[in-house]
Amino acid sequence: MDFELSEDQRLLKDSISRLLSDTYSFAQRRSYMAEANGWSSKLWDQYAELGLLGLPIDEKYGGFGGGPVDVMLVMEEFGRVMALEPFLASVVLGATAVKLAGSESQKSTILSAVAAGQVKLAFAHGEQQARHDVTDVITTAAKDGNAWVLNGAKSVVLHGDCADKLIVSARTAGTRHDASGLTLFLVDAAAAGLARRGYALRDGSRAAEISLTNVKGELLGAVDGGLPVIERVIQAGIAALAAETVGCMEAMHAMTLDYMKTRQQFGKAIGQNQVMQHKAADMLIAMEQGRSMTMLAAMMVDEEDAGERAHNISLAKVGVGQAGRHVSQSAVQMHGGIGMTEEYAVGHYFRRVMTFEHLWGDTSWHLSVIADKVA
Amino acid sequence: MDLRFSKEDEAFRLEVRTFINDNLPADIRERSRLGYAFRKEDTVAWQRILNKKGWAAYSWPVEYGGPGWTPTQRMIFQEEIMMGNAPEVLGFNITMIGPVLMHFATQEQKDYFLPRARNLDDWWCQGFSEPGAGSDLASLKTAAVRDGDDYVVNGQKIWTSTAHNADWCFVLVRTDPHAKKRQEGISFILVDMKTPGITVRPIISIDGSHHLNEVFFDNVRVPVKNRIYEENRGWDVAKYLLGNERTGIARLGKSKERLAYAKELARDVQQHGRPLIEDPAFRRRAAQIEVDLKALELTQLRVVSGAKANAGKPDPFSSILKIKGTELLQETSELVMDVGGPLAMPGWAKELSAMSNQPPYGPDWAPAMAGPYLMLRAASIYGGTNEIQKNILTKAVLGL
Repeated sequence: MDFELSEDQRLLKDSISRLLSDTYSFAQRRSYMAEANGWSSKLWDQYAELGLLGLPIDEKYGGFGGGPVDVMLVMEEFGRVMALEPFLASVVLGATAVKLAGSESQKSTILSAVAAGQVKLAFAHGEQQARHDVTDVITTAAKDGNAWVLNGAKSVVLHGDCADKLIVSARTAGTRHDASGLTLFLVDAAAAGLARRGYALRDGSRAAEISLTNVKGELLGAVDGGLPVIERVIQAGIAALAAETVGCMEAMHAMTLDYMKTRQQFGKAIGQNQVMQHKAADMLIAMEQGRSMTMLAAMMVDEEDAGERAHNISLAKVGVGQAGRHVSQSAVQMHGGIGMTEEYAVGHYFRRVMTFEHLWGDTSWHLSVIADKVA
Repeated sequence: MDLRFSKEDEAFRLEVRTFINDNLPADIRERSRLGYAFRKEDTVAWQRILNKKGWAAYSWPVEYGGPGWTPTQRMIFQEEIMMGNAPEVLGFNITMIGPVLMHFATQEQKDYFLPRARNLDDWWCQGFSEPGAGSDLASLKTAAVRDGDDYVVNGQKIWTSTAHNADWCFVLVRTDPHAKKRQEGISFILVDMKTPGITVRPIISIDGSHHLNEVFFDNVRVPVKNRIYEENRGWDVAKYLLGNERTGIARLGKSKERLAYAKELARDVQQHGRPLIEDPAFRRRAAQIEVDLKALELTQLRVVSGAKANAGKPDPFSSILKIKGTELLQETSELVMDVGGPLAMPGWAKELSAMSNQPPYGPDWAPAMAGPYLMLRAASIYGGTNEIQKNILTKAVLGL
């Protein structure tokens, strides 16, 4: 067992941390949010130059050849500043899907373009009626000669509004909740019949509703064999979001400690009250437990045993979800009124953690998955 | 001991419920049900409907235009209002400044302000908190200096709810900076919000709504006749005000309504391929809330039934009601949001209002699901944080 980072990992963490501390103040973040895409295209280019956009991509496709721990380190730094760029959507979710399901030619064209920052991917799987259920897909794909034609709608597609290519799940067999009969397709965002409606989520990051009317798609992976890939993409996403949540928790905890030392009421700093001290200690406990679960999730992303992997990712999603909720609710409470305002960063972290918790199965959903297997 | 409502009380409940059903505009009800905050015009319109019926000043005695209800009837009325998704009568007017005026004001002040407060001709707000005086309210610094028949007020208030809607503000000011104790030397004055020198600046909350404000006073002249009670005795007025309405603070009806709404939605959304309402985890969570609601309801009834004896005095039970009531408001709003799942997450607030003319991105229940959860994080902060409430309990009740 070894919890130490390698020299390369430390360098990676330091370089991204340095970049973000210069470029991602709360005020700067606000200006990025106001850009056309809702994030900084200049920083996106800098990520590409740093090699970040190829982080988990094989070296032979122009990537950095990193693993889930590297992704964890970067996501934690992104979490600390609430970075808005489509790293998760394109580099984690999109690239994972292509890596797992793509043909050699798909991998070499798409992954190298992602690593170079020339193409942005989005993972379009969730549907409005599905809530958290992974197999609930009613979007269909049917063969028309040599082509595949997709019909349906996808919901809360992270950065679906700016993506160049979408990875779309569709039903090629079976009915609504069936585990079999799911297939992945690559769809050009500019394809005829594809309409998207972009919006910001509660945390300010971008997503889209996407409708597909007779849209041509390119097969990605085996027909009817999409589910195992979909699950792994989501699991990689959960591990990444867990790390981002840890970054948010660190930021909120630090802000709260700072506030406790400076805010004066009844002639002393509020941090001199024992009730506040214990709350801060409870936040620390939750944060460290959440960090442990985040490490577990990262270690499980490449686990070959699907059952073991799914089980542990669910454990981590619950642990981080609960820790995030506890830390963010405490942070707002301990700040008092100021924590409730749009002008102050803590409420933004609060919303970011809240948004993460509601993606890909919330705490209650994953807890019931675990509960069903209690024996 | 008999924990049942009397036949008269049950008949009263039915009468209130029927009136709400027959008179509340359908669009106001529906917006509230979906989780949107009431607009100013909703609150004004509904309070005037109630006033015509004689119910707006629901906690006032008959001599001041109230219905003269018993504490139990008042509680039933409030609960039915909240469960029926009707706007609550404006607390600043009815449960805060109203009783203060009745208890402390001159006849002239009563004659002028009370009928206007009842009919919401004046929208009142509360100028208590300051940047340096939150939980520690007595450290307030906004100064009022006598100049002839006026006070000249300078300073700043913060977290002033609905100041942007308000016609009048009741304000705590420091009139004697040299008083021995900080609680002495404070006066309670009524300020016309149109007076020159007042600036109201919005504070946007984390749900994107504009509810709170900063209010700046720059040489604002307030006639001395607008002072309530004696000079430098304003703390007594504030204590009376805060101790007066002890049962409304729990807003139990709202939590009941939110639980019912969450269950209703849970029939329409799914978890693991079946209706969420059938999910054991959801059922346990709803069940736990039901237990906590029932306990709080009975605790509240115990307070209500003993209310006459302690009228006007702070009661340790108000801290219990505040803590448990706000926890339930938070838990039920959290439950509603969680029922929504990912569909509750779209909606950067500024964009939502800009998008309001476009068709919704999903079901009509989705866009306003997370807003109340976010806004209600403030419930354990305002009106004395829940930590301060526990301090009150440990000192006043436990003697620690």
